[in-house]
Amino acid sequence: MKSKKYVRVDKERCVACGACVKECQRNAIMIWKGCYAKSDESICVGCGKCALICPAGSIEVLQREGSNE
Amino acid sequence: MNKKRWYDYLWIWSIVYFALGFFNILFAWLGMIDFLVPLVFALVGGNKHFCNKYCGRGQLFSVLGKNRKCSMGRPTPRWMTSKWFRYGFLIFFLSMFGNIVFQTWLVASGAGTLKEVIKLFWTIRIPWGWTYSAGMVPDWIAQFSFGFYSLMLTSTLIGLIVMVLYKPRTWCSFCPMGTMTQGICKLKSKDEEEM
Repeated sequence: MKSKKYVRVDKERCVACGACVKECQRNAIMIWKGCYAKSDESICVGCGKCALICPAGSIEVLQREGSNE
Repeated sequence: MNKKRWYDYLWIWSIVYFALGFFNILFAWLGMIDFLVPLVFALVGGNKHFCNKYCGRGQLFSVLGKNRKCSMGRPTPRWMTSKWFRYGFLIFFLSMFGNIVFQTWLVASGAGTLKEVIKLFWTIRIPWGWTYSAGMVPDWIAQFSFGFYSLMLTSTLIGLIVMVLYKPRTWCSFCPMGTMTQGICKLKSKDEEEM
C-alpha cells in the first residue's frame, strides 16, 4: 500500500545543496547531476523531514491522488 | 539512519581553518581548496558532490543549527533564494575576490604596501599583525592571505547569522560557490534527457 503523502521538489528554486539527501532515511531523494533534487515518489512516504530542512523552501509535501484526507 | 562516513566530519576542517589563521595568516591559502575543489567537481564530474558531501561549512551549519539547535528554523525569505539575489551575490563576491587579487598585484608590483589587517564585512578593519612576521615570504603572498582570510571569515559570519535566523543551511541557498557550481552543472546537463 502506498503512503498517503509524498514530496515534490520545485526544480527552479532548488539549489542542489543536498541537505534533503542527508535528511532522508529512505534514500528517496537524490541530487540529479548537480542541478536539483529529485524525489522518488514510489519510495517517498512524505514524512516531510526534507521539506523542513530545505534552506530554499523548494520541497512541498503533497497528498497522493486517491488518498482521502 | 544514514551511516556516518569520514567526510561527515569535515565540519572540523572549517573550524581548524579559522584557528590556523589566528596563529599564522599564511594558512589562509588553504582556503583555496574550498574554492577550487567544488569547481573541479562541477567542471569535470558535472556534479555538486562538494556541496552534497564534502563542504565543511555546510556541515558546520548543520551541526550547530540542527544538532546543537542553534537555528530558529524559520523559512528562508523568498527573495534570499531568488535567482537575481543568488546571481547578484555571486557577482558581488567575485568582484570582492577580484579586488583581493588586485590588491595582491599592487603589493607585488610595488605600487601598494602590505596591510596586516582583516576586513570584516568589507568595512570593519581589525589589526591582525601578530599572525605574520615581515619577510617570511614575499609581501604579496601575505597580502593575499589577509584578504582571502577576511573573505572566508566574513562569509562564514554571514552564514552563521542566517543559520540562527532561518534554516541551518540557509547560507547554502545563496552561497556563491554553490550558485556557480549549480550553474556549471546546469550548463553541462543542458542537452541531457531527464530520467
